[in-house]
Amino acid sequence: MADIEQRTARADALGELLPPMTRNEAAVEAARCLMCYDAPCTHACPTHIDIPKFIKKIATENLRGSARTILESNLLGATCARVCPVQELCEGACVLGTEHKPIAIGRLQRHAMDFVYAKGTDLFQPGEATGKKVAIIGAGPAGLSCAGELAKRGHSVTLFEKRDLAGGLSTYGIIGLREPAEVARAEVAMVERLGVKLETGKELGTDFTLADLQANFGAVFLGVGLGATPGLGIPGEEYIIDGLEYIEQSKLDAPNLVIGRNVVVIGAGNTAIDCATIAKRLGASQVTMVYRRTEKEMTAYAHEYDFIKREGVSFCFLTQPVRVHAENGMVNSLECLRMSLGPADASGRPSPQPVAGSEFFLPADQVVKAIGQQKPSLASRLKLKTEKGFIQVNSNFETSLPGIYAGGDCIRARGAASTVRAVQDGKLAGHSIHERLVEHG
Amino acid sequence: MWKTIGAPVLNVSNRYGAWHYGGQKMVAINNVELISDRPLEVNLREIAEVKRAWPDRAVVVSAMVESKPETWHDIIRRIQDTGADGIELNYGCPHGMSERGMGSAVGQVPEYCEQITRWVMEVAKIPVIVKLTPNISDIAMPARAAVAAGANAVSLINTLNSIIGVDLDTLEITPNIGGKGGHGGYAGPAVKPIALNMLAALGKDSVVGGSKLPISGMGGISTWRDAAEFLLLGASTLQVCTAVMHYGFRIVEDLCDGLSNWMDEKGFTRVSDVVGRSLHRVSDFNHLDLSFRAVARIDQQKCIRCNLCYVACNDTAHQCIDLIAKDGRVVQPQSYDIQTNGKEEAVNSRPSVYVREEDCVGCRLCYNVCPVEDCIRMIEEPSGRPPVTWGQLSESQREVTEDWEKMQEYRQKMGIHIH
Ligand SMILES: Cc1cc2nc3c(=O)[nH]c(=O)nc-3n(C[C@H](O)[C@H](O)[C@H](O)COP(=O)(O)OP(=O)(O)OC[C@H]3O[C@@H](n4cnc5c(N)ncnc54)[C@H](O)[C@@H]3O)c2cc1C
Ligand SMILES: Cc1cc2nc3c(=O)[nH]c(=O)nc-3n(C[C@H](O)[C@H](O)[C@H](O)COP(=O)(O)O)c2cc1C
Ligand code: SF4
Ligand code: SF4
Ligand code: SF4
Repeated sequence: MADIEQRTARADALGELLPPMTRNEAAVEAARCLMCYDAPCTHACPTHIDIPKFIKKIATENLRGSARTILESNLLGATCARVCPVQELCEGACVLGTEHKPIAIGRLQRHAMDFVYAKGTDLFQPGEATGKKVAIIGAGPAGLSCAGELAKRGHSVTLFEKRDLAGGLSTYGIIGLREPAEVARAEVAMVERLGVKLETGKELGTDFTLADLQANFGAVFLGVGLGATPGLGIPGEEYIIDGLEYIEQSKLDAPNLVIGRNVVVIGAGNTAIDCATIAKRLGASQVTMVYRRTEKEMTAYAHEYDFIKREGVSFCFLTQPVRVHAENGMVNSLECLRMSLGPADASGRPSPQPVAGSEFFLPADQVVKAIGQQKPSLASRLKLKTEKGFIQVNSNFETSLPGIYAGGDCIRARGAASTVRAVQDGKLAGHSIHERLVEHG
Repeated sequence: MWKTIGAPVLNVSNRYGAWHYGGQKMVAINNVELISDRPLEVNLREIAEVKRAWPDRAVVVSAMVESKPETWHDIIRRIQDTGADGIELNYGCPHGMSERGMGSAVGQVPEYCEQITRWVMEVAKIPVIVKLTPNISDIAMPARAAVAAGANAVSLINTLNSIIGVDLDTLEITPNIGGKGGHGGYAGPAVKPIALNMLAALGKDSVVGGSKLPISGMGGISTWRDAAEFLLLGASTLQVCTAVMHYGFRIVEDLCDGLSNWMDEKGFTRVSDVVGRSLHRVSDFNHLDLSFRAVARIDQQKCIRCNLCYVACNDTAHQCIDLIAKDGRVVQPQSYDIQTNGKEEAVNSRPSVYVREEDCVGCRLCYNVCPVEDCIRMIEEPSGRPPVTWGQLSESQREVTEDWEKMQEYRQKMGIHIH
């Protein structure tokens, strides 16, 4: 059992990176916003929050109105304020970004959200009961958003979640530096107060079937996200730690998370960066990220890459792991091959080719893999049409089975997966489901 | 300038209210402070000490006493005895003193102004400035009274009547003085345009302007740029109050430095070259050229596409700015597909703003709201009409100025289209 000192030290090391804005900071920043008309930041936000409107309300100290403006477009505004890659979205499109500093939209959003959550103000009430029932599978951002939108319109919503806690990756996957677990928990509670019935520990396919749902509900929404980290298929794989589990433990059981001294992280996406951050912040003396291509092909956001370099993590590009070496059950190195870039592959990026005879050994006592998530396996089991392995939906978010809708990471065949896009899917699918229920009587 | 001395007073606390706007502190201040509450003897002794310590600097002492000849004679003599270089008569304080028949109670009645100034001039051996209150409908009237009474100069403006605000938590007046509050004198950056207008009105007045009496200008001066504008409209000395209350006396350095640099750049060698230089351009509407035409033009390179001009023209002006998509189509706001997002998409698909110049009336609203320097310019365009003023029109074609039908005919004939 870890002692109390280590417990607090670890909590501090992984605590929320950005402090909340003071009232004055928020007022000064809000006053800087030009209040653009048909603002580009609003277009860039996947949920199209009316950003100048909510910022103006902060400037006039109408924080309740500000929060309502945010939540009307994005029910999970508190999570999104923290986890959104704002540099790629709203802030990236801010007209002040070209010559000045863009408005700190994310932090202002958090200011308004923290205000209502700290006060315990509920801005929406359950709608007048329609008697219609909807089942939602998966209590991640997509499922919660869809559930909330439907409950606001008076439908009776049951939210099934296979895990013990709701929140999806906001609870289990997003590191505490960006979002502490309490924020996601508070949002789940808010959705429950809208009348959504949450059933955790209930898995579609194990505890009940789609036919059960079709018999009992007017519509079904699948927000099941993606699967586990795929295997690398190399000898010694059993010694490799799954990055998603590594992150999960750092959030929910940090004191007992084992951190190596010399950690190698395989992958160069945002999740890999999160794993490297945890290792570094929790005491590893050397953290190396291993990637088969180069800096240019990395899928991590530029701002994340900048961040991790500042954290003191090193990189081994054009490197392919081929075997984990261990002695007496203890990892001692990762054997790798040098790669070179060949012609473009299916993803449009140059394909890495091994350089013959270039084997070398990277010393390591812990190897973590973060190379993406498996496609939703549920799709084939439910006999849903797919697109590149993701569930296929039409513009109303309806799958190939009538009345069965889907959204979030499980349909993200194009573009980068993000919380805010999942929220938007859930919201729009909620609107389609509402229309269906109202029209079909 | 020495804080006004004179009649005995007692001050209250919570004297200053302030108006903060858009992150800018103290765009205006309002005060219910009275004249100096330190005993007259102390003030007079200190004036003498200051004058002894800085003999090369001018000390002008502001005074205000009850409206009796003996009282005024007495205070003027005592101020002169200190060695002060000049006296300013405070006819402007709009609160507290005015309720006792002093300050703006004098300044608002030209006859009182003249009478008291005469009393003062009977004993004055040093220059006397009459300080005017802006709380009056025609500023020239009390100034003419000062001229008539033989004052050596006038100064303006003192503070304006104002209530700075109401506290939304307590519902008290700001500032709260024991549960009450009320009008106080308003000053600071927000009053500058009012001061400039009154300053120009004196310069243009046949009696006051004609008298060539020096004018000391004030009201909202915070920077050398403000100072230059006061000089251009006829002030030959300047006073600053709120700005030094906000930032301290150190701001005076840039007032002087900035002004001399600007003068060097413009080739002015002394302040007198600047004083009143723009006054001849101040005009009544009656004498403005109705044929002068300007239209707005947007520099597409500088435009940041905030669309503030668009909404301003569209909602409250003349609906002549269009949003033009990449393919040249005129589009409506918010016409993007809500399934799209991200910075590239938002920035790349954003339409550009263009003025339909043939429909632009040249109101200049867009120019004023654009946050980018030199992005929108008002371009002078020949209107094709000979210059004419309303004054000329009402003399030569009176019916056009009195009858809408005639006006329509005139517009038609002249090719004036209003959309
Ligand atoms: C490590 C990591 C870090 C990330 N960081 C960010 C970030 O900083 N910013 C950002 O915007 N995005 C981030 N993302 C992406 C973001 O978390 C996801 O895009 C988002 O959570 C997707 O929401 P979702 O509701 O579609 O899926 P999920 O959040 O994955 O939720 C799906 C839920 O469905 C449940 N479920 C699955 N199958 C069943 C079943 N059969 N029955 C019942 N329940 C089921 C799961 O248990 C889970 O709770 C990150 C992702 C990862 C992996
Ligand atoms: C707190 C305060 C006290 C003032 N006291 C006097 C005064 O005693 N006598 C006077 O003639 N004017 C007084 N004024 C008016 C100023 O001299 C000046 O006319 C007015 O504030 C406008 O200038 P400004 O915008 O630079 O402040 C006072 C103004 C303020 C703000
Ligand atoms: S683009 Fe920037 S300045 Fe304009 S409204 Fe959005 S946040 Fe404000
Ligand atoms: S000057 Fe007035 S009318 Fe012309 S474009 Fe600008 S706002 Fe519109
Ligand atoms: S106000 Fe200025 S910067 Fe903004 S859209 Fe109009 S011209 Fe461009």
